[in-house]
Amino acid sequence: MLLIHCPYCKEDRPELEFSHAGEAHIVRPTNIAAIDDTAFEEMFFLRDNPKGLVYERWRHIHGCGRFFNAVRDTVSDRFLTTYKAGEPKPDPVRLSKGADVAKKGAAK
Amino acid sequence: MADRNTALRAAPLDGRLVRSAHVEIVPADVASRIVLRARPEAIAPLSRALGVKLPEEPKTSAKAKASRLAGRIALWIGPDEWLVVDPNGADLMALCSKVKKLHSAVDVSHRNTAILVAGEAAQSVISAGCPQDLSPNIFPVGACSRTVLGKAEIVLVREDAHVFRVECWRSFSDYVFAFLADAARDAVI
Repeated sequence: MLLIHCPYCKEDRPELEFSHAGEAHIVRPTNIAAIDDTAFEEMFFLRDNPKGLVYERWRHIHGCGRFFNAVRDTVSDRFLTTYKAGEPKPDPVRLSKGADVAKKGAAK
Repeated sequence: MADRNTALRAAPLDGRLVRSAHVEIVPADVASRIVLRARPEAIAPLSRALGVKLPEEPKTSAKAKASRLAGRIALWIGPDEWLVVDPNGADLMALCSKVKKLHSAVDVSHRNTAILVAGEAAQSVISAGCPQDLSPNIFPVGACSRTVLGKAEIVLVREDAHVFRVECWRSFSDYVFAFLADAARDAVI
């Protein structure tokens, strides 16, 4: 079982208490009635789904109930960091360096 | 002569009991409960009205200090959410209605019910279905958390080293009690 750090409970909690809530940092346009269908489709339906680092929303649904953001590596399924909703995106370069260290640690 | 019809109020777990050498599982007495949602500016007035200081640290609970309010507890559920339980049946909604600061209070006395798990094997029984680390240094006396037990959501409070209170929804209580009873059959100390 994965342990996920909840930034509101300030503790690592078991995966069973959490639910995934889609990609993070998707900005809803302020002029949503004015944009055309292609732009709406892009914002509403299309997601990146990259291999590697992803920024995701998670919810501590069976805990404090709060939504927060997480950076996860889809290859290793390792959570690199979690942070409160509304906080800026962490720097991916610094995070992936941390991931390399973690991977080496796991290999030993 | 017409029979007089009287409805007797039955608690969801009336008459259930599990007792073994190392653990006892009993339904808790009827209590009044509210779910409170409030912003920081309403915490102090609500604490005064309820006679118990609403805890602001994650995974903590607070007891009422006054002896006439003995047993009333406030449980931290989320950064702006608390569960307040009063075993003496006090009207908690009336107390909160006197607070002028914006807040939300919902009476859940009948939605929730509670089960007390006590004895040396209590921690082991809960751990059969709860994924959290319940060892005393991580989940000490007074700690509380919303979490899961098997497939049901519960609010867990450690009232004493070997006493846990499991708050669950009334409709889940049969499942939760049966789960705990099953776990008690092969609990380890």
